[in-house]
Amino acid sequence: MPNRAKILLIFGSLLPISLCVAAGIGAYQILPWRIPGILLFHKDGFEVLIYVRFPRVLLSAIVGSVLAISGATLQGIFRNPLADPGLIGVTAGAGLGAAIWIVLIGSGFLGIWGVPVAAFAGGVLVTIGVWKIAQTQGQVLTVTLLLAGIALNSFAGAGIGLMTFLADEEQLRSLTFWLLGGFGGATWRAVAVTLPVATVGSVVLFRLARALNAMSLGESEAYHLGVSTESLKRWAVFGVALTVGAAVSAAGGIGFVGLVVPHLLRLMGGADHRYLLPGSALGGAILLVLADLFARTVAVPAELPVGVVTALLGGPFFLWLLMRFKKEVVYG
Amino acid sequence: MVELEGVGYRIGNKWLVRNIDLKIEAGQFWIFVGPNGAGKSTLLRLISGELSPTSGQIRFLGESISDHSPEELARKRAYLQQKRDVNFPFRASEIVLLGRHPHLNGGKESPTDLAITWEAMKQVQADMFAERLYPTLSGGEASRVDLARILAQEPRLFLLDEPTNHLDPRYQVQILRLCSSIAQSGRTVIAAIHDLNIASMYAEQVLMLREGNPIAVGTPTLIFTPQRLEAVYDVPFEVVQLSSGQLVVVPLSSDFVPRTGGLRSGSTLSPSKHSSSRTTAAG
Repeated sequence: MPNRAKILLIFGSLLPISLCVAAGIGAYQILPWRIPGILLFHKDGFEVLIYVRFPRVLLSAIVGSVLAISGATLQGIFRNPLADPGLIGVTAGAGLGAAIWIVLIGSGFLGIWGVPVAAFAGGVLVTIGVWKIAQTQGQVLTVTLLLAGIALNSFAGAGIGLMTFLADEEQLRSLTFWLLGGFGGATWRAVAVTLPVATVGSVVLFRLARALNAMSLGESEAYHLGVSTESLKRWAVFGVALTVGAAVSAAGGIGFVGLVVPHLLRLMGGADHRYLLPGSALGGAILLVLADLFARTVAVPAELPVGVVTALLGGPFFLWLLMRFKKEVVYG
Repeated sequence: MVELEGVGYRIGNKWLVRNIDLKIEAGQFWIFVGPNGAGKSTLLRLISGELSPTSGQIRFLGESISDHSPEELARKRAYLQQKRDVNFPFRASEIVLLGRHPHLNGGKESPTDLAITWEAMKQVQADMFAERLYPTLSGGEASRVDLARILAQEPRLFLLDEPTNHLDPRYQVQILRLCSSIAQSGRTVIAAIHDLNIASMYAEQVLMLREGNPIAVGTPTLIFTPQRLEAVYDVPFEVVQLSSGQLVVVPLSSDFVPRTGGLRSGSTLSPSKHSSSRTTAAG
């Protein structure tokens, strides 16, 4: 136990440090330890920090943390370390919503809110669809849920492809940028919209920690321990749809955070969700803040989409995980 | 404690169990026996409330089992599953702590919960690997951890599906003795067990099943007769009563040939050479 408290403490102190470092680095360099002074006494760099850097690092922290919590939750529900928010269709649904909006409706209606709202709606709708398809006689079987997710994922993927085909050049550019994911457009308004939704969703998911522990013994054992497994699944999918929908609508499709972070935390301190969920929240925030820092500084003045960075990191990691998993299956 | 009236359970048009009438009192130790697929696990799951009977009625503590909420049931009965797999690196102590889940009411684990968990692990000698990761435990160690979890749940009714699976004879006897002392303390134990010798040692009452139908109910001495065993298992049996009264129940082989030869033990134990030379000679 003290070991885990230590891990959480270390991550908890690394997060503000990484936020300050990331806020300081950029075209206008600010040393991290001078940030409090600048804020208090309104010195040079105040505007850059307040209007550009802070919303951006905060938004990436929020998005990273909910993606990681969602990943950990889904892995617990599916009892499978390879599960990911992308799996039950939230990410693809949100992408489809955004693509339809960008190509068919355009920017006139709802202004800058159009794309996020459409993404959020798409994510939630597809998740509900997956859920309904997976339901048989009032029960949701985990295997059917996974398969329905795969089916609707490819359907949403086809929809996005169709939208790409229909798009004109300008639409295509904004579509591509959005689908790859990035924090280039981060504003306080985006933070203000994402934060409450992410907070509510995270609170919902945190409360499931003990039930998720019971679930890792298997659905039937969880039932014998007094867990209402149907309601657990419903809350989990609701929380994930809410948080990931908000995350995708704020920053586009960012993959692999939900896969990589919980797994690293499990390697460090075990699988108890009472530790894993808060740990993933902190770890995901740190990872995405740093990934975004890398994305916007590696090819100055251009900016890499952060989704490309996480995929570059996550792809090999996923393969490594798969190889390990394979070994366990063969030799375990 | 538990009453079953004409209970049956059907999937499609196949009855997994049917016509079960049972009255199980507090403080009794029951064992269900029967060949594979006889319906032992199905019956346990029906009594646990996980499955609802297709026909008949199950009453638990005087009320229909379906009137109890899952949370309420979990505080009063525990179920040990036959097949268990955990894909994540949980520690053994965390698995046992899960037994306290129904008593938390959505709150946190108190020091009392931790003390009960520890006590339960000691009872089945699982405390020595409390901090080890559950997926790395041997089959027998994992079984004991699971038993500790059931004990930590502090139920009035214990439903155990093959609790002695994976255990060596010493622990088999120890677990059954534990079950019997649980029953003596006024709680109820129902276990499905394959090993008839072990079953006959401690069971107060035996229910024998075959293809979902009840064949006989009674004490081990009454139930385990060579004729009935052969009828149920399709293999001849011999039943011997030792001077202590303990039963020895063995299946017989019609083509049994006694093997003769010297005893090898200790450092002379190297059969590989012999067998390999024999194989070459034969080949």
